[in-house]
Amino acid sequence: MQTLIKDGHVIDPANKIDGSFDILINNGKIEAVLPKGKSSIGKIKDVKIIDAKDCVVAPGFCDMHVHFREPGHEYKETIETGSASAAAGGFSTVAVMPNTFPVNDNRSVTELIFSQAKKTSLVNIFPIGAITNGLKGETLSDMGELKESGCIGYSDDGKPVMNSELMRRALEYSRMFDLPCIQHSEILDLTLGGCMNEGIVSTELGLKGMPVEAEDIMVFRDICLLRKTGGRLHVAHISSGGAVDLVRQAKAKGLPVTCEVAPHHFTLTEEACRNYDTNAKMSPPLRTHKDIEMIKEGLRDGTIDIIATDHAPHDLADKQVEFDNACFGIVGLETALPLTFKLIDEKVITLQKAIDLLTQQPCRIFNLDKGTLGVGKDADIVVFNPNTKYIIDPQNFKSRSKNSPYKGWKVRGKVIHTFVAGNSVYSAPNI
Amino acid sequence: MLLSNQNILSTKELTKQDIEQILDTADSFKEISTRVIKKVPTLRGKTIINLFFEPSTRTRTSFEIAGKRLSADVINISGSSSSTTKGESLIDTARNLEAMNPDILVVRHKYSGAPALLSKFVDSPIINAGDGSHEHPSQALLDLLTIRSQKGELEGLKVAIVGDIRHSRVARSNIQAMQTMGIKVCVVGPPPLIPVEFKYLGVEVSHNLREAIKDVDVVMVLRIQLERQKQGLLSSLREYSNYFCLTQESLDKARNDILIIHPGPVNRGIEISLDVMESKHSLILNQVTNGVAIRMALFYLLLGEKNANPN
Repeated sequence: MQTLIKDGHVIDPANKIDGSFDILINNGKIEAVLPKGKSSIGKIKDVKIIDAKDCVVAPGFCDMHVHFREPGHEYKETIETGSASAAAGGFSTVAVMPNTFPVNDNRSVTELIFSQAKKTSLVNIFPIGAITNGLKGETLSDMGELKESGCIGYSDDGKPVMNSELMRRALEYSRMFDLPCIQHSEILDLTLGGCMNEGIVSTELGLKGMPVEAEDIMVFRDICLLRKTGGRLHVAHISSGGAVDLVRQAKAKGLPVTCEVAPHHFTLTEEACRNYDTNAKMSPPLRTHKDIEMIKEGLRDGTIDIIATDHAPHDLADKQVEFDNACFGIVGLETALPLTFKLIDEKVITLQKAIDLLTQQPCRIFNLDKGTLGVGKDADIVVFNPNTKYIIDPQNFKSRSKNSPYKGWKVRGKVIHTFVAGNSVYSAPNI
Repeated sequence: MLLSNQNILSTKELTKQDIEQILDTADSFKEISTRVIKKVPTLRGKTIINLFFEPSTRTRTSFEIAGKRLSADVINISGSSSSTTKGESLIDTARNLEAMNPDILVVRHKYSGAPALLSKFVDSPIINAGDGSHEHPSQALLDLLTIRSQKGELEGLKVAIVGDIRHSRVARSNIQAMQTMGIKVCVVGPPPLIPVEFKYLGVEVSHNLREAIKDVDVVMVLRIQLERQKQGLLSSLREYSNYFCLTQESLDKARNDILIIHPGPVNRGIEISLDVMESKHSLILNQVTNGVAIRMALFYLLLGEKNANPN
């Protein structure tokens, strides 16, 4: 059975395609990308037609930073529910962080993730292995074994690697495997007990702040190490304008550093924490307008390489508590596209560039043969209508958790279909 | 409801009118506490729950006496005896209490924002009796009452607040309430105890006690905790006292009619010397007396018009 995605506007940065094309899928692969009207359907037997009129057709999005909580905290999210959330957000590929219980710091956990993914996942799942055993920041994980079992990067995400000597060795050792070390950049001494950005709002609310310097210093330290160690540093969820500057300078010197930004860090500020809204509690915290402006500049000039959501689902029981005691993070996958449209509407980046940041660029950094509509590649495809306007309602999320500060936001950009290896894994209701 | 808000969570939410009404009402209640029979039937049949998740003697007792002088039934639940130690969440505890139909919940909690969180889940009015480093509105109101009783007017006064501004809910509540009433505020202490952001709150910042209190009408001294030394915010209490303890000496440039207040409990000899504490300038015990009147006023105003006759 073949599928033809017809009459859409195809944007595929990896192949420099931007125009009206039809896409023919056969056997889970891209069979052909045909100029509009050139596909003679009559000749193709048994073809399913997907009408993509008024829609953009792009490679399925790739999110290199999600937390699916399995194994260990399945009440927040599982690989199955997380993958449904991804599919609904237009993502066909995700990389899952290792801060599960047990931690993904060895082959058996990686294999468990793959076997669960095979049984239950709607999208492609790639595990990220821990940098240090148990995320304890004491000893290096078996990075070779993790890569051989299928991990595509290393991270202690949720925690930084505080010990400079250990981080130095991690960057050195990871060089053997050519996978990036993803740092959650935070100097813990400065953020101890902190639960939001340190600033006027934290002062007024009487909450312990997490100063922006905690992020800047760690990014600077890692960049310093990089000169000698080699290896590849990927700065996770950059939230500080100062850190964007540091990455820009490092790139100018030719150092192998890349970074990502999460949509909440270019759409919300610390002001969202007022009234003690725990859905605005994240790590790194929501910062200030100035940081957002500097992040946008980083997106404009290419300092920021990719958009990743830091999808961090939490049950109501973990959020409906005192601000100090609430867990960090929000559901990210199902709001990423409409929030990215805010950047497009503000003319920070073009739609083409936005798709690049969600497809080709993450796959470049993580060596994945994804994020492309090249002929013969897996048919991982998203079809979205850029002009459909709607109001975000977290109750409609496919994620098991509903923690989102975007309830009630008026947005545009709606995912209509998501395909993984040619199979439809999501279709918007009422289509 | 006679105030612009159904809860007292923060002085920021109180208008000038609200504050004046609370102070006036408290003034009229003061006399009740001096009677032989210190009780009026105003809130008979009303139930007030004091929900204290953090130890407190003065504030809890003050709220309890205030309720009882108005004939309300007052129930005290402290952190250790409540179900939260059995893993029941704050919200569950409050919802269960609310199911027993109280009329007001008075909440003290170690975490900033806990009373605000509760207010989203219960219908009863909530009075914040101190939440983390956030606010302690009834303390600020009793401070204003104490100052007004002496000075007659609040508008145009200058107040210095000395001590651990960073962690002080009393300072935050007072700064906002005082600014609303047209009082100029200066905060005084070593830089680690005054976040740089305070200058954006419209207060003056000083690190020199003697200079800062030179021409103020009132100096408010805050309790300093030894714990801050472990956090690296203080070198030692000894050195803190050298620079910031309010002594007769430090008052030598101050006005003759300067008023001294302290929210208590006092560390004698650390933030304030014994002689100053017991001098004619000190209003520390007046504050305690006024605390009862302020809390009576809050109960009365929150429970509204149904009880139009305060006597």
